[in-house]
Amino acid sequence: MKISVIITLKKDVLDPQGKVIHQTLDGMGFDDINEVRQGKYFEINTKENDPKKAKDKVEDMCKKLLANLVIENYKIIDAQ
Amino acid sequence: MKSAVITFPGSNCDRDMDVALRKFGFKNKMVWHDDAELPKSDLVVLPGGFSYGDYLRCGSMASKSKIMKSVTNFAASGGMVMGICNGFQILVETGLVPGVLLRNKYLEFICKNVFVKINNKQNTYFKDIKNDVLEFHIAHNEGNYFCTKDQLKEIEDNEQVAIDYCDNNGKIEEQFNPNGSIKNIAGIFNKKKNVLGMMPHPERMIDPALSGEDGSLFFNNLINNLK
Repeated sequence: MKISVIITLKKDVLDPQGKVIHQTLDGMGFDDINEVRQGKYFEINTKENDPKKAKDKVEDMCKKLLANLVIENYKIIDAQ
Repeated sequence: MKSAVITFPGSNCDRDMDVALRKFGFKNKMVWHDDAELPKSDLVVLPGGFSYGDYLRCGSMASKSKIMKSVTNFAASGGMVMGICNGFQILVETGLVPGVLLRNKYLEFICKNVFVKINNKQNTYFKDIKNDVLEFHIAHNEGNYFCTKDQLKEIEDNEQVAIDYCDNNGKIEEQFNPNGSIKNIAGIFNKKKNVLGMMPHPERMIDPALSGEDGSLFFNNLINNLK
């Protein structure tokens, strides 16, 4: 079973990379952007076939390693 | 006094730290990250470098390595643990000190000498040190100290700020902040002040021919306080 996770920076955390990407896009003519925030995306292929159990395990992984909850939020987006 | 320096895959300041500790009288042992037990030590050091290539987040992989369980237990029993640069990043990822270290505000790798002001001398690391301002070296890409408002309040209430970036007179202002750290914080303690994490490298300031000697002041003072 494949599970995807998106990690994003929390709202109050400065994202200098996102800012530079925003400025560059702006310079390229994409001038109607309000903000760019950069994040991380993971695809986890697990042997677990029960979607609920798999999701719970990935949530545990997010809390223990994939995300740092001081600055990041995680979102498990699908199980297939 | 006995010390131990942990080497992780990608550590590169471990040998410098070994040289510095020996120079000031420590009997130092190098310990591999995959070992389960620490040797008997009065001080454990997590050195600078790029453990696990800084994958995922700096220090995140190293914080899960086998030796860190032993380091965490050692710290919990009051043992002295010091993390320098990547070692500081490993300490925050382990949760031994609060907060995180983000990418530098201006997205550059910074490699230069800086001045830091000692904020708290009521601890084994800085007690009796004569100077209030020290010149240390920094070399990092992710040294931008960040914590939540609640954490910052707790850190300040418990006097956990160890050192702040400042000018040569000890003036703490935003213009002397190299990396965007909250309140110019360069190093912090845990609540009990036996764990210290800091971005600057005292081990690079122990030879007047190469650099400065403020690191010598720091290590001499530290070993005297441990005796």
